[in-house]
Amino acid sequence: MSNHHHTHGHAEASHLSDMDVRVRALETLLTRKGYVDPAALDRIIEIYETEVGPRNGAHVVAKAWSDSTFHDWLLQDATAAINSLGYSGRQGEHMVAVANTPEVHNMVVCTLCSCYPWPILGLPPVWYKSAAYRAKAVMDPRGVLADFRVTLPEQIKLRVWDSTAEVRYLVLPMRPPGTEHLSEEQLALRVTRNSMIGTGLALTEPV
Amino acid sequence: MNGVHDMGGMQGFGRVMPEADEPLFHAPWESRAMAVTVAMGASGQWNIDLARYARETLPPSIYLSSSYYELWIRALEQLTLERGMVTARELSSGQIQDPPLPVARVLKLDTVDAALAAGSPTLRKATSPARYALGQLVRTRNIHPQDHTRLPRYVRGHTGKVVMVHGAHVYPDNHVDRPLPPFNTNAEWLYTVVFDATELWGEAADPQVQVSVDAWEPYLEEVLL
Repeated sequence: MSNHHHTHGHAEASHLSDMDVRVRALETLLTRKGYVDPAALDRIIEIYETEVGPRNGAHVVAKAWSDSTFHDWLLQDATAAINSLGYSGRQGEHMVAVANTPEVHNMVVCTLCSCYPWPILGLPPVWYKSAAYRAKAVMDPRGVLADFRVTLPEQIKLRVWDSTAEVRYLVLPMRPPGTEHLSEEQLALRVTRNSMIGTGLALTEPV
Repeated sequence: MNGVHDMGGMQGFGRVMPEADEPLFHAPWESRAMAVTVAMGASGQWNIDLARYARETLPPSIYLSSSYYELWIRALEQLTLERGMVTARELSSGQIQDPPLPVARVLKLDTVDAALAAGSPTLRKATSPARYALGQLVRTRNIHPQDHTRLPRYVRGHTGKVVMVHGAHVYPDNHVDRPLPPFNTNAEWLYTVVFDATELWGEAADPQVQVSVDAWEPYLEEVLL
């Protein structure tokens, strides 16, 4: 048994370094050929590490909770409403926002690859791209919610959006009760990434 | 293509495993893999559907056993090899042997922000009126194209309702017609079509569940009432 673990651990480690070598070799070759600029690659990474992530989406949701005009605009024309806050572009060119209500809970998946609204949620987590999620979300969304330890009353309808085209979906989670007094900034802290995908709910308690 | 990438409704993958406090990247190579894939996309030598098709046509055993960024790298190697932008010998040696091919664009430090903020919109001016209207019942065609398509298997041959009309968008099945630019950017009307889970999965399915896909007009046919 310990032998098996040892072998397994070794395989994992060498696999990681295989990929490290493989990616480095490819990047070096493409750079030498003049197809890519390493400084541009650094900047791309910096953008998704520091500027484009789920805080953008939380801003959108908190604004929709606090401003009914923006709320209605978001549901009518999400691309324009989101753009007005400065978020646009790659993998968010055509946005649709879908609102959770006491009757309906929405969940977003891409069964064919890993389509995800980058400008407002950043890069997708591993589970979103996993076979388990892509396979199960459209057939057993209640089971997926259970995997995330989310239980909804049985009468709530589940609505799954499989993003098979270039339309990207944002779930507008329900505003938690008892948050009427909170500012937009405080509300944004209650919005989790998963609540905007539909595998979670907004936080009822401050973090 | 009826490939392993078309995962909706497959069984046996177990529970979904969210990772607490997941890092953005799990190893430094993942960040480089993401960035080099995004940057090479800007070269214009392929499009998003050709990139997806390159991932879909990786051997099924590789597809199922690789992490997503590994799939991206394997597909990027294929895309550049197929176009002669790199050779197999160059890939294995890291040394340049053939001169580079001309590309439409090289993403530079000062063009990254604007390129990402602009993205690649797929909405086009429609050349004909939409055939289907909001609220109309439609059936997805029972088709099994050999190459790239965005109609998942689990909805084929099923009846649903049009709940959104998105305008005319570049049609993926045509977007892969030619491997190099100029690509076929024919656009077709795009609809969100919603299905009851019982229509897709049978009577035992949860009657409170509905699932939609975004489907281009050629994927659909009329339901005669």
